[in-house]
Amino acid sequence: MEDIGIVSYGGYIPRLRITAKEIASIWGKDGERMSSGLGVYEKSVPSIDQDTATISVEAARAALRRTNINPLDIEAIFIGSESHPYAVKPTGTIVGEAIGATPDLMIADYEFACKAGTAAIQNCVALVKAGYIRYGLAIGADTAQAAPGDALEYTAAAGGAAFIIGKEDVIASINYTYSYATDTPDFWRRAERKYPSHGGRFTGTPAYFKHITSCAKGLLEKAGTKPEDYDYAIFHQPNGKFPKKVAKILGFTSEQIKQGLLVPFIGNTYSGSSLVGLASVLDVAKPGDRIFLVSYGSGAGSDGFDITVTDNIMKLNRENAPSMKEMIDDKEYISYGIYAKYTDLLYWE
Amino acid sequence: MKESVARFWREIPQRYNIIGNKCTVCGRVFFPPRESCPYCRRKSLGKMQKIQLSGKGKIVTYTIIHSATEDFEDQVPYPIAIVELDEGPRITAQIVDCKPEDVKIDMRVESTFRKIRQDGSTGAIYYGYKFRPMR
Repeated sequence: MEDIGIVSYGGYIPRLRITAKEIASIWGKDGERMSSGLGVYEKSVPSIDQDTATISVEAARAALRRTNINPLDIEAIFIGSESHPYAVKPTGTIVGEAIGATPDLMIADYEFACKAGTAAIQNCVALVKAGYIRYGLAIGADTAQAAPGDALEYTAAAGGAAFIIGKEDVIASINYTYSYATDTPDFWRRAERKYPSHGGRFTGTPAYFKHITSCAKGLLEKAGTKPEDYDYAIFHQPNGKFPKKVAKILGFTSEQIKQGLLVPFIGNTYSGSSLVGLASVLDVAKPGDRIFLVSYGSGAGSDGFDITVTDNIMKLNRENAPSMKEMIDDKEYISYGIYAKYTDLLYWE
Repeated sequence: MKESVARFWREIPQRYNIIGNKCTVCGRVFFPPRESCPYCRRKSLGKMQKIQLSGKGKIVTYTIIHSATEDFEDQVPYPIAIVELDEGPRITAQIVDCKPEDVKIDMRVESTFRKIRQDGSTGAIYYGYKFRPMR
């Protein structure tokens, strides 16, 4: 089988944080209970001058800094997000121009709630495999929206990760990918609406858990593997509880999911969610490590990946860009007032 | 104030990637790029070479803006600095990712990609460079 997979990667988390306790104090809730109930202590917040395009550019530049790839050899850019800055006008062209990859390439923005970034990876893999492109750049990034006072406000965060996909000097081979999708309206945002709506508890069993477990089982069958064959497992992380629970249902241990579980410290970065987890795993991965990843996008679907880290990871200049841990630790706390101003919760005419 | 989309578009290489140029006669580097070198003048015609600047440099001087134009009112107080890039040119830019009181002369900084301004809620969004403390 031809070795196709991740050639380089980069992530980006904005510096600002707001604690669940601070949000709870505004809405008259018990902060510690909210924190332990959701498994999220604090979340990242975009600065007033950051959006999905700027996060995508930072992540893509980090991926490029770790290799000597000529950006002009990137022949496809796909960006998955549910907070593209424009409703009509691609984020991908901004990123393409900012990394010097234009004009000989294909670009498209993707949307499938929180799994559009993994869909972007699958399409890059397919194009590389078909021989249409040399390298593809797949990005999942978001500045997640949440209505003031909604349960989502404690988790909706900002961040993203970028992956260069190719077949030369592959650092992590994508052995198998498998997807599972049904029409399940658990979470949505109607056109021209500012904030998403969700089905509350309906987002659990028939949505998140059904799709992730079905996709994971399908992938294990396709790859002929068992949970214990993997060194790391990453599941979409809308809060700190769901990924732990789904891991347990599937037979993965808390040790396997630990390195990729960033949600307690940065919140849910939506399209970036499972991908910042993958970036965190690649920050520490050694040759031979096997990674299991299943994303989830409301509406609903999951993309699964069976990945093997190769010897080439030792040649990648990982230190040329900050690790996910370094970005998580580099933070500045803000009050709810500043959060409201920066995330456009305040309106005035 | 509404900006001309075409004018912004023309400046994308400079605003996104800090692309300057170099006089191949005397070796001086310019940002924004110049048609000719002001030192070598006609000798430099046709000998100006486009170069990608590193985006790394140090703060020469700075000021803290407390009274901003309409587009930047929601960011005050914020630092604006003259940054001397490692290749030589000096550029004026906003300093982000730190508190205004943490900005110091000679501080090492690197460029970051940010939203600079937008034409209200219906107009175009303009991106470009700002600088942050080097980590």
